Amino acid sequence: MNKDLLFDFTADKAAQKVYITREFDAELSLVWDAYTQQELLDQWWAPEPFKSRTKRMEFKVGGQRVFAMVSPEGQEGWLVQTYTSISPKTNFKFLNAFADENENPQLPGSEWDISFSEANGITTVNITIYNESLERMERMIEMGFKQGFTASIENLAKLLKSRS
Amino acid sequence: MKQDIFQAIADPTRRSILTLIAVQALTPNAMAEKFDMSRQAVSKHIKVLQECDLIRPEHSGREIYYHFNPKKMQEFDVWLDQFRKNWETQFKQLDKVLSNLKNNKK
Repeated sequence: MNKDLLFDFTADKAAQKVYITREFDAELSLVWDAYTQQELLDQWWAPEPFKSRTKRMEFKVGGQRVFAMVSPEGQEGWLVQTYTSISPKTNFKFLNAFADENENPQLPGSEWDISFSEANGITTVNITIYNESLERMERMIEMGFKQGFTASIENLAKLLKSRS
Repeated sequence: MKQDIFQAIADPTRRSILTLIAVQALTPNAMAEKFDMSRQAVSKHIKVLQECDLIRPEHSGREIYYHFNPKKMQEFDVWLDQFRKNWETQFKQLDKVLSNLKNNKK
């Protein structure tokens, strides 16, 4: 595998945005499929050892992907993504919200904007995540922790204990 | 219960206080004046910020000046770094998925 694939991650706390850029050694249509098809998404969307489990997904404007991040112990963290804009093989946007198991979203959530472009067989994906409030941004990041690797950070373990 | 940094900086007033004292250490009276708040309200915010170590008191004569503790804010960067690592993991998983898809096509 090509080791020179770009990975860029920056956060603008003032703008409440996180920017992520990543290159993939594959043609655009495959990368697009991996982002927009339920069976493929579930193979990679959750960082190990967590699993992504999609309950239902309808990839169209106004449609939703309802899925759970499942811990090795079987704990589920539910999310609802509502697609707000789709330009096939170029860009799509969705609203991402934490939810309970009955699909009740906790609004306003975060706005995701994902763009795709291809050059010389390498596909570049640009992700922008906007959070309406700093609190949500932090919550999202905190959720990121819950989805793995917390053991090594003592403070974090404490934090999670107080939250769960 | 000890406060955590999320709860502390989720509040807009407390964020403003932090922004202000990051520039200059202030007494509770000065904070109350700047934010047009009661001393009581200021004390509550100070308590939260101090409990999670975002600010530190320093006595100067009869006054207490509160200083910003930048080290604590670095925790946020640690969290952010963790979020980045999660993405790294996810993208590596996606690399595998794409590699499988390519092989299946051949």
